[in-house]
Parts: sequence; structure tokens; C-alpha cells
Amino acid sequence: MKNLENLEKFINSELTSKIKNSFIKHDCIYLNIDHNELIDVVIFLKTNNETKFRQLIEITAVDYPENENRFKMVYLLLSHEYNKRVIIEYSIKEIDIITSITSIFPSANWMEREVFDMYGLNFKNHPDLRRILTDYGFEGHPLRKDFPLTGHNEVRYSEEEKKVIYEPVKLEQNYRNFDYESPWEGTKYIKEIKKS
Amino acid sequence: MAKEKKTLNLNFGPQHPAAHGVLRLILQLDGEVVEKADPHIGLLHRGTEKLIENKTYIQAVPYFDRLDYVAPMNQEHAFALAIEKILKIKVPARAKYIRVIFCEIGRILSHILNVTTQAMDVGALTPTLWGFEEREKLMGFYERVSGSRLHANYFRAGGVHKDLPAGLDNDIDDFCNKFPKIIDDLETLLTDNRIFKQRNVDIGIVSKQDALDYSFSGVMLRGSGIAWDLRRSQPYDCYDDLEFKIPIGKNGDCYDRYLCRIEEMRESIKIIKQCLQKIPKGPIKTEDGKISPPPKKEIKQSMEALIHHFKLFTEGYRVEKDEIYTAVEAPKGEFGVYLISDGSSKPYKCKIRAPGFTHLQAMDYLIKGHMLADVPAVLGSMDIVFGEVDR
Repeated sequence: MKNLENLEKFINSELTSKIKNSFIKHDCIYLNIDHNELIDVVIFLKTNNETKFRQLIEITAVDYPENENRFKMVYLLLSHEYNKRVIIEYSIKEIDIITSITSIFPSANWMEREVFDMYGLNFKNHPDLRRILTDYGFEGHPLRKDFPLTGHNEVRYSEEEKKVIYEPVKLEQNYRNFDYESPWEGTKYIKEIKKS
Repeated sequence: MAKEKKTLNLNFGPQHPAAHGVLRLILQLDGEVVEKADPHIGLLHRGTEKLIENKTYIQAVPYFDRLDYVAPMNQEHAFALAIEKILKIKVPARAKYIRVIFCEIGRILSHILNVTTQAMDVGALTPTLWGFEEREKLMGFYERVSGSRLHANYFRAGGVHKDLPAGLDNDIDDFCNKFPKIIDDLETLLTDNRIFKQRNVDIGIVSKQDALDYSFSGVMLRGSGIAWDLRRSQPYDCYDDLEFKIPIGKNGDCYDRYLCRIEEMRESIKIIKQCLQKIPKGPIKTEDGKISPPPKKEIKQSMEALIHHFKLFTEGYRVEKDEIYTAVEAPKGEFGVYLISDGSSKPYKCKIRAPGFTHLQAMDYLIKGHMLADVPAVLGSMDIVFGEVDR
């Protein structure tokens, strides 16, 4: 199983119905799967002698608010033996519940907690699903595209109350997002007029 | 009547000097034996990934310095490589060598800090004082090349920002000749030291299987005897032209990890020396005006250069729609960037894979059944820096 093409073919032939499509890009195999098949695919890739993807590198999600299936889940696996990488992807809706892979890879624990914290996606069979990076009592999911960059609350030490207090964010100047697109290529408002 | 077992909950940090930053570790103790460790992280969370989504590719580079702030340029490297692979930029040979030199300097910076502070956590003060003197020299090199001791912002997609200033290569070479003696001195203080060994040998043992299951990388993986180094197995820049050894451990305990780091520093010195010998003359960044800004002199005379300069520092360059994962062997382990571009001048998503995050996760498993006094030793040998764990 020396090169990526053979490995891709092998995975496809073994997991025929479970893989929607696959391709090779940037020295890495991308597998698009159905989200119900996640556990089977991960177990196969981890245990099969020809693949041996025995290390989980990262789990993350991507937010596409305009899509019907809003989130894309991404799992990166690495095989030390064959020196290959694979990326597993699938799309889900906001309300879908993802099956946790902590029983296969213990290190998925914090990665899934981070996805839960940052994107608000729920996992089942996760031993300890809590927020991880944000503050105690934080509300909202920061990496969603509709979460403002400045956040909602700011903290300061209050001399009167002798403790740290939370207040709504007050900015002297709003965050400025300039449109740098060249007018020759058509600015956004012209494009919008053209569309409508 | 059976005695009721009482456990004690102890807050370790977030202001504990051995927590290496802002770790709040909630320990459940039975007498002096740790039964459970629950790390609470995120006290240094700055939303780096969110900020990067709102900045152009050039503006995003400085955020990488602030992740693992003891080896800043190694992080920039991963980001630069990701953009280069998407845009298929050819990097000039000189730039590759400069980048490798500074990545290895970063590795030494990080390992000195880790080895010496770990020694301090278990009771030895002198190594810290000796080691930090050397770090100061290395940060001097950083300053001379980038203008800043810590937050360098030096690597660019397509090369580096500026060429080495005159005389710097000689000074780095000079340092490389003197530094092995310093490592020897550090070793006389620590390697055979009875107290250091008592505190580290057979503490925090990681088996091969667990190192894989817990997604360990870098020294944490090599300390357990798995020969895996991205510089060798998936070489980037000019690493495949260089000769170096990958030290691996045997027992996977804190002491083996310390030995690995010491050896890696020696290898880094060899790499830097080879680079200084082999480094060719030539440009230090791609000459594609759409990617790298023109030299100041040209801006005064060439209209095209002026336009390029203006566009690069307002809109920035655009990166075609793509997704990519690139990883480099940072001092702490596999540092990866999972980048999704959408054709605009800002990343759609930039997930940062920090090695410290997965290492710290295994704290509970590593420390279970150890004594309270072993907590700083294990934490120290994991090489945690909160800039990258919390992002």
C-alpha cells in the first residue's frame, strides 16, 4: 500500500456504501461520508492492517450558515506506519446529534468538548461534555459565523462591589470592516444590484 | 466499623508557579495520592481562530507568534507553508535555509526553557539561571533579524520578511560553537543528579499504545520509543537536505523526555551549522509582486510596485478556494494548521492544532496514582505553554 491512489482505492472498495465520495489533494485522502457511518469508518481505518490510522490528530467543525446542513465536521487521522494522512468529512444540521468517538480514541474527549463549546454541536456517548475554553457561565458559541467578533460581555474589576463584574460590551469605536475590493471588479453593492 | 474514605479537593493554580502559566488543576487527593486530576483551561483564551477569520493572511501571521510564545517562528512556519501549498508558491532556496535556521533556534529556545524550568519545579535553581542567559542570546538573534525579541512576525508566505543583517551568520555560528559546552554544563547539574533522578525516573510513564491513543506528538511520542519526527517523515523546506538524528527514549518517563530534549538541542545545533554552510545567496522571498511586497526603493520609481504595495497592505492577497492541513514539527510536537480559504483575502476558517492541548488532556491518565509532589514534574515534562493550549 505504498501510494495514496492505491490506498484510496482500497478504502473505497472496503467501505463501498459508507463513502459518498473521496479524492486526493495536498498529499492527503479526503473521505466524504454519511454521518451515521462515522463509527464504522473510524474503527475500520484504525484497525485495518492496510490502513492503520492509529492516531487522531484533530476534530473540528466548519460553519456554513447559508447551507441547509449548516456544519461540516472534520476528523484528521494519521498513520505512522504508512506515513499517510486522511481527512473524514460530513455535513450535519444544527440539531443533529453526533456520535462521540471517545471510545475509539480517548483523545477525542477534549476535541469534542471544544467543538461543543465553539460551535454548540451535541455529542452522544461523550463521558464529560462541558465547555472547555470559554469562561464559566459563558453563553453563545464563539466560532459560529453569526457570533460577533467583539463578543457580548466584557469584564472589569469594580471598586464599589470589590469583585470582577460582567457588563455588555461598550466600544468607543465599532469594529470596522472595510471593503477593499477593486471597483473595477465591481463592489459588493453593484454586484447586489446586478443580481436583483 | 469501616472507616469512611475522605478525599480532599485541591486547587492547583491558576496562580501556581509550577503550573507554567494559567492552569487551574482540580486535584482529588486521597492523603497525598492523586485520584483524579481535572484541568480547567481557557484562562488565556483570546479567540485567535476567530480573530484570524477577520484578518487578511498577512495580518494573521502575528497571531501565530502569540500561541507558543517561547518558539514563535515555528508556528508562523506552519501557516506560511499552508498558504504556499494552496497558492503553489515556489520559495527561494535561501529563504528555506533561513527559515530552518530560525526554526531550530526556536527549538533550542523552547527546550532550554522547558528543561531548566522543569529542573526548577523539582528543586534545582541554577540551570534556570544558566539557561536563560543563553535564551537571551538567541532572542538577540531574533531581534536582529526581525526587530523583536519575541513576537517576530518574520515568516511570510513565499519566504521571509528581510534578509539576514550583516554579520548575523557569523554570530550564530559563534553561538553554535559555544553552546554544546553549555549543554554539557547543564547536564553535569542534572543528568546524574540524585535528586533530579529521584523526581523524574519512572514518573509519568507513557506506553507506546497510550502515546498513540492520546494523540501525543513530538518529544512525548519519541520519549516512549516511537521514532516519528515530521522533519524526517514528511520533510518540509530544506530538511531533507540536512543530516540529523532523531533521539528516542526507551521508558517513556519524565527522565527520558528530558534526555530527548537535551539530545534534540545538540541535533539542532548541528542542523543550524549545516544550514550556515549550505545557505546559498539569492532572493529571500518570492518575486511574485502579487504575493510579496516590493522593495521600498522600487515603490518610489515604479507605478506597478506602488499599486502592488497598496493592494497588499489594504486588501491583501487572495487565496483560491481550497482546504488544506499542514503540520510542522514544532518543539512541543506536531503543530498543524487546518486552513479553509474561500477565494477572498481572509481565511474562511483556520483551525490551529496545538500539541500542548492533547498533551494536557492526558494529565488525568498520567498522574493517577502518583503523589502530589509529582504533579509539577509530570506537568513540566509535558512542556505545556498556555498560549497554544488556550489559543
